[in-house]
Amino acid sequence: MTATATRPPAAAAPAPSPLTSGRFTLVQRLAVVAGAILVGALTWIPSGAVNWAHWAVVSVVVYCAGTYVVSRIVEGRRHALDRLATAVVTSAFGVVLLPLISVVWTVVQRGWARMDADFFTTSMRGVVSEGGGAWHAIVGTLIITAITTVISVPFGLFTAVYLVEYGQGRLARSITAMVDVMTGIPSIVAGLFAYALFVLWQGPGARSGLSGAIALTVLMTPVVIRASEEMLRLVPNELREASYALGVPKWKTIVKVVLPTSIAGILTGITLAIARVIGETAPLLVTAGIAAETNLNPFSGRMATLPVFAYYQYAQPGVPPQNGLDRAWAAALTLMIIVAILFTGARVLARFLRPKGL
Amino acid sequence: MTATLDAPQQPGSLKSSSGVSKLGDKIFGGVSKGAGILILVVLAAVAAFLIAQAIPTFTGETDKPFPQYVGPLIFGTIWSAFLALVIATPLAVAVALFTSHYAPRRLAAPLGWFIDLLAAVPSVVYGLWGSGVFAPVLARSVYPWLEDNLGFIPLFKGPASTSGRTMMTVALVLAVMILPIITAISREVFLQTPRLHEEASLALGATRWEMIRQSVLPYGRSGVISGAMLGLGRALGETMAVAIILSPANIITFNTISNQNPNTIAANIALKFPESAGINVNRLIATGLVLFVLTFFVNAIARRIARAGFSGAEG
Repeated sequence: MTATATRPPAAAAPAPSPLTSGRFTLVQRLAVVAGAILVGALTWIPSGAVNWAHWAVVSVVVYCAGTYVVSRIVEGRRHALDRLATAVVTSAFGVVLLPLISVVWTVVQRGWARMDADFFTTSMRGVVSEGGGAWHAIVGTLIITAITTVISVPFGLFTAVYLVEYGQGRLARSITAMVDVMTGIPSIVAGLFAYALFVLWQGPGARSGLSGAIALTVLMTPVVIRASEEMLRLVPNELREASYALGVPKWKTIVKVVLPTSIAGILTGITLAIARVIGETAPLLVTAGIAAETNLNPFSGRMATLPVFAYYQYAQPGVPPQNGLDRAWAAALTLMIIVAILFTGARVLARFLRPKGL
Repeated sequence: MTATLDAPQQPGSLKSSSGVSKLGDKIFGGVSKGAGILILVVLAAVAAFLIAQAIPTFTGETDKPFPQYVGPLIFGTIWSAFLALVIATPLAVAVALFTSHYAPRRLAAPLGWFIDLLAAVPSVVYGLWGSGVFAPVLARSVYPWLEDNLGFIPLFKGPASTSGRTMMTVALVLAVMILPIITAISREVFLQTPRLHEEASLALGATRWEMIRQSVLPYGRSGVISGAMLGLGRALGETMAVAIILSPANIITFNTISNQNPNTIAANIALKFPESAGINVNRLIATGLVLFVLTFFVNAIARRIARAGFSGAEG
């Protein structure tokens, strides 16, 4: 059946009925792929130097066009369009993966040079060009993120509980609307807010770890609310009703039944929220600033953080620039590793804490 | 069974604990409500403090009037975000379709996870990558070609930047950054397309692409638009990637591949704030307020479209 149908209909033949029209066979498809790769190769062979990007781009374009043309001849216009759409959609996905691969590859490759013990044990105190490390920035990031989490999680969780378990009417509606607005606050604006707040307390030019944490809280709280709200709403109402029917008061129902049921999703959401704020640079740039040495006091003085450290080492690498650039990429790699650990941790949490039988 | 047996003891135990449980309910409910109200207070505080710190800009002495200062910045902000959106939206829709309707079902979840990873990369890393890797590649192989062959279009007038730190590079990196948002929301709505719509279309002999055009895309349109608007909001406020990559100048131009680019509000704040003092700080905060208002409206429109679209689709 397929074998006979593969032959393109002869020009003189009557228009084939849709049920018996030809099929785009594997052989033809392989031919198109081979042709596309060949045409792509022709773009660099004359010059002698392999240009992977050119090759890939030209091949993909030729593949899409070739598929359309061959299919149009064999199968007709509608199937050709269908195959073109498939080819375009699939290559779009490939195109989108490229930056991700390139980013990860670059950061690992360039950051590797300084992934040594020095980098994780020394600060930039007194360092002019060579050596130095990000210890002070790692400590700063940990302190600021910890404060942010300690404030945002209870704040966000209680708000979510209010919205799901208690809230009705205008107050709940306006809180929901304002959470939406908060989600959209640009990170730098959150930083400016924290700065404006701390200027009242510490005067112009105020910089402190705490103000950085406040800025990040503004960014993290709505994320925690959204995630917990979604998870709390997934808890079946029957569970609540069963608990009420046993005479358990509402608050105990929430603490003992609703929250334990949704804890996996909530912890996953919180972990992802931490992963998001730990890489924030702009708000910390205007609040915590940058310092060359370790500062353990979040209430006063500048405090270096990993992303801000990476930015300054890149923007002002010093002389010779390579030392600063190496530190910047190493800081970026450290940051990516932390985010990757949090990301994986969130998945593991979700898997292990998932309530049984739901 | 047990319930009826226990019944005689219930009233007493209920009574003895009712005082405690009422108090517990009151405290717990009060704390929850307080947290909710605190959200409103925080947001009001954000607006109030920004306005308070912005006011001196208009009363004090600055080197140029505020509208003149912020004008090119507003232009740069909107222009870069617009370009990013134009690049990202078609790609995001294609990727969402790929994960929802093309990829094998078992692969769909891990592939979606890869796209989510794009959103998890910190913006400073995108900045380093954009200026250290991506910009030089574009400057070497793409921008000269654009200038030579498409120079008649004002977008590519040139002269092509040799460093690649141009508006086009910024727009491409921003597009990568906002793509996961648009993709995630589009994928959600594409997956919600009523199964019957799809099957009806296929049963009438439609190819997969025709089915998508007839049932999936019309159903998901409002979702795509609201996702794009949320992406736009993100692009408007993105700071570090722009601050690191762009080589800014104080001009308004549509030329995207030269060394002279309009800066964005957020990047301008990040670049100038650490070295500013006195009234210049107030002026930067005032520009931040402008950015806040701008993103506020974009996000509000996005939500309105999403709501209108979804309720319409259900009805």
